[in-house]
Amino acid sequence: MFESKSGIFYIAGIGFFVLAFVSNALVPWLMYNDIPEKTVAELINPNLRYQFEDLARRYPEAFEAAYGKPPGGDAEHDVWWNEKCGDALRVGHKIYVGEGCWHCHSQFIRPVSNEEQRWGPVSRSAEYQNELQRPVLFGTRRVGPDLCREGGRRSNDWHAVHFFKPDSLSQESPMPEYPWFFDGSADKPNAKGLAIMTYVQWLGSWQESYPYYEAYVQSALPKPESVEADAEAAEGEEDAAEEGMAEDAEPAVETPAGDAAPADDMPASDTPAAEAAPAAETPAAEGAAPAEATPTEAPK
Amino acid sequence: MATLTIPKTQSVYTHEELVDEKIIKWYFAAALTFLTTSMLAGLLVSLQLIRHNPFAGIELFSPGRWRMVHTNAVAYGFLANGFLGCLHWAIPRLTLQPVLDRRLSWFIFAAWQAVVGATAAGILLGEAQGLEWGETPVWVDPVAQLGLMLVALNFGTPIARMKGPMYVTLWYFMAAFIWTPLTYAMGNFIPEYFVSGTSAGAVGGLFIHDLVGLFVTPLGWGLMYYFVPILIKKPIWSHGLSLVGFWGLAFFYPLQGIHHFLYTPIPMFLQYGAVVSTIAVELVVTTVIINFFGSIWGNWSIVRTNLPVRYFYTGMVFYFLTCLQCSFQVTLTFQKIIHFSDWVVGHAHMVMFGVFSMWIMGMMIYLFPRLLKREWASQSLLEWHFWLSTVGLAVMAGDLILLGLFQGWSWAALEPWDASTEFSVPFWAIRAIAGLAMFGGLIALITNIFKTLKAASANA
Ligand code: HEC
Ligand code: HEM
Ligand SMILES: [Fe+2]
Repeated sequence: MFESKSGIFYIAGIGFFVLAFVSNALVPWLMYNDIPEKTVAELINPNLRYQFEDLARRYPEAFEAAYGKPPGGDAEHDVWWNEKCGDALRVGHKIYVGEGCWHCHSQFIRPVSNEEQRWGPVSRSAEYQNELQRPVLFGTRRVGPDLCREGGRRSNDWHAVHFFKPDSLSQESPMPEYPWFFDGSADKPNAKGLAIMTYVQWLGSWQESYPYYEAYVQSALPKPESVEADAEAAEGEEDAAEEGMAEDAEPAVETPAGDAAPADDMPASDTPAAEAAPAAETPAAEGAAPAEATPTEAPK
Repeated sequence: MATLTIPKTQSVYTHEELVDEKIIKWYFAAALTFLTTSMLAGLLVSLQLIRHNPFAGIELFSPGRWRMVHTNAVAYGFLANGFLGCLHWAIPRLTLQPVLDRRLSWFIFAAWQAVVGATAAGILLGEAQGLEWGETPVWVDPVAQLGLMLVALNFGTPIARMKGPMYVTLWYFMAAFIWTPLTYAMGNFIPEYFVSGTSAGAVGGLFIHDLVGLFVTPLGWGLMYYFVPILIKKPIWSHGLSLVGFWGLAFFYPLQGIHHFLYTPIPMFLQYGAVVSTIAVELVVTTVIINFFGSIWGNWSIVRTNLPVRYFYTGMVFYFLTCLQCSFQVTLTFQKIIHFSDWVVGHAHMVMFGVFSMWIMGMMIYLFPRLLKREWASQSLLEWHFWLSTVGLAVMAGDLILLGLFQGWSWAALEPWDASTEFSVPFWAIRAIAGLAMFGGLIALITNIFKTLKAASANA
């Protein structure tokens, strides 16, 4: 049996393959079968609509060229926006796949390695039960950060500038530039640009805690080079601390600092500013989290 | 040459009737062409990472697209073509039966090159499918599926017609011919048309995994069981271990798909199952390695004198290292740190290049003189190829594996993202240089082939 043609054909070839398929694929398939798969139309939510309409306001000409003008009547109006938003999502998804964004960005938050703090709530199965996760875009590599909570974290114009030339916002970024999403300059996204921005803004827009800003505890250890590089900045903040503005400048130890305060921008904990900070246990989020980071003040 | 389709009870076929030498040469030419393409693509992406992309901002050179060309050209263009070439040699000689039909062989050859070409073109035009290693655009999938089924038919026939006990190699081949079309169908059609979300992830994980484990691995090992005893002029050490190796692989390997997506929303008990069977298969693999090292034991000098054997055993050393690495990285403890990082990329290169490419190269180096009826033009170029490939790969893999650890720790420590890309740059630069060395090795091989060809035609 172990060396015969039929043994190998039926047991190893077919039998073991089917066994693995049943246990590794069919079981989760059946387990999640009761979660209905959402269509694109069902995926549109007020958060996303807000971002989509924001695109129309910011880039009126490009938007009109891509989607036309919204009709007059209120009811039709709503239907029209939803329809166009769905189209943008579909095209954006196709670009995301076609450009291989998913080979540099994952779309799931693991319950380990402090990912929750960096990106937000751990991913749940139901979030993936929709048409735009066919095939699922979990991803296996992170050259850049996870994107499944990206929606609302950055403004549309931030994304526009970033896609046009990533290193103008994020120094030394290895992310490729995508000038073909634009008609010549970062303030003129074309249909592709509008679509990919809609897609990125959709990611996580269904979450309750939306948008989600990094809320991480800063490592107590200063990075040697950041201490040096930030010497000047720290000096400035030291002054601020002396002037009684410590609440704004203190390092948010134990507090959600929002994405305005990544480690590099914060005085290292052994600088005077840190010691001067009285409110180490208070939430700094209100003051620190800019909902609309504009290109120039991008926290990088 | 006549096409022989009538089975004969006793093999009276000559080598010429059995083996279509011409198609092997063509397969090898195609394989090397796609390997060149793939390496250039890899170099382009590695230059992007260190921010020296010479084609930045040009749509057709989008690094994301070329990354997919890189992996697909390697899997379907290089590994598949290389294996098919070797199979055209090994199967008829081992079964003493010709393939089903030579015209079919050529049809498959042409169709397969069209599939790979269309895949590359489709990806470059932005038509990729969102499935790792299945980025083949959806309109190419049915053709590729048909091609794989015809391959199974063409090579399955001599195995079916063969009488007497089946040698180990044929166990692997037979299983691979069933597994490959099944795997391809499962991966390319189910997550696209039948399921979405988390369950699609489970199928996708199984697909990436089975493609390596049920297509590349059994063909690779099958060929090793065929070529190694011939070259070292000794039988395989233990038949019992061969049996353990085959059946252990067949049983445990397919059960591990989910290990590519640990800590996803896929149910945890399934993740544990995948982890346990992965560790089990490492034990099985160790028996295979022991079997091959037992075969060559006491005869090590042949590694120095016989170049193909050196390629084969170097590949086996890398195989052992990869599998050792794998049994660590599959544990949840390691996963926390190394998943998503360059550790995995280091692992992928070690197994795909260090093992399977080295084996295919070794077989090419053995077969070319026999196909061209002429010794290699230059021994020193062969040595260059070997050492540039081996050292380049070792540097690349070591560099990336180490870097992966640093990245993982940096992320877990919640350092700003840009810190991790910043300290990666020197490592990525070393990777690009190592890649350049591997590419240099390939150029040495190709130059050598042209020199040999020229000498062969001058001689004729
Ligand atoms: C070569 C790998 C690579 C590719 C391909 C890539 N990115 Fe990135 N991406 C990065 C890196 C690294 C960063 C972090 C640095 C930065 O902000 O530029 C990043 C950052 C981002 C961010 C900002 C995240 C944040 O909030 O800080 C977004 C959004 C993004 N990428 C979207 C995309 C999309 C959409 C695509 C495909 C069109 C894409 N990326 C392709 C590497 C990549
Ligand atoms: C010139 C030599 C090569 C260079 C410079 C190179 C470079 C690269 C780069 C930059 C990536 C992307 C990694 C990332 O996403 O961070 C990659 C991925 C990959 N390469 Fe190569 N490569 C080379 C040769 C090869 C060869 C010969 C093979 C196979 C035989 C191979 C197999 C792979 C695989 C399987 C991946 C996917 C890894 C993953 O997703 O985990 N590469 N390579
Ligand atoms: Fe695997």
